[in-house]
Amino acid sequence: MTDKSASFVYVTFIRTTPEKVFEAITRPEIARRYWGHENVSEDWRPGSAWQHIRTDEARTVDLVGEVIESDPPKRLVISWVNESQKDDPDQYSRVTFDIEPQGEIVKLTVMHDDLQPGSGMLNGISKGWPYVLSSMKSFLETGRGMDL
Amino acid sequence: MDDDKVFKALADPGRRMLLDRLCARNGQTLGQLCETMDMKRQSVTQHLGLLEEANLISTVRRGREKLHFINPVPLYEVYERWIRKFEEGRLSLLHDLKRELERKKT
Repeated sequence: MTDKSASFVYVTFIRTTPEKVFEAITRPEIARRYWGHENVSEDWRPGSAWQHIRTDEARTVDLVGEVIESDPPKRLVISWVNESQKDDPDQYSRVTFDIEPQGEIVKLTVMHDDLQPGSGMLNGISKGWPYVLSSMKSFLETGRGMDL
Repeated sequence: MDDDKVFKALADPGRRMLLDRLCARNGQTLGQLCETMDMKRQSVTQHLGLLEEANLISTVRRGREKLHFINPVPLYEVYERWIRKFEEGRLSLLHDLKRELERKKT
């Protein structure tokens, strides 16, 4: 059996509302402003597909997956795989966004699990998430994301 | 969240070592961390508490176990604020030079 024991848990505190955090993840026109990508799904309902699309001319689809659980604006669970590896079930990992208000601040927890130890995906996301979450925080608090 | 807490949390070799341990293997229990640390269990607990307060680690309960994960998001914010904008290119050049010279010495 494939070893998918690796996982990461990222936490950031953002001075905003849970609705805005949920929208920042799920609305393409917002995500493109701090992520360099859009997350696109028809309705973000369980069973629906989603795509992670680079905001360049070519609009390359980097990642795809399915919505597993959706409870706006509190929780979103999606599967996550490189577009080029989507036919291999072993390559699928899982991302859980938990959005929890704490007074005037929102605690955003991103848990990425079912990852293969030593995989390229593990390497990529361990660099990617801290950047994306810092940039999201900066964007939601100041209106500006960070330059890639 | 709070730069002061991040810098204070990092200002201790034991806590930096705990972060290194989690970097090497993420999602460890207190027991597992204690095995590789030359430190009393109570001290490890205290250090983990300070690291969590600075948001440098996050914890998740799985059944009866509490797992500790390194959370580099605040470090990234410190990097953005204090390092990247100060001419990153030249700093990495100096860093490489220092390493090269120190290696020759030994």
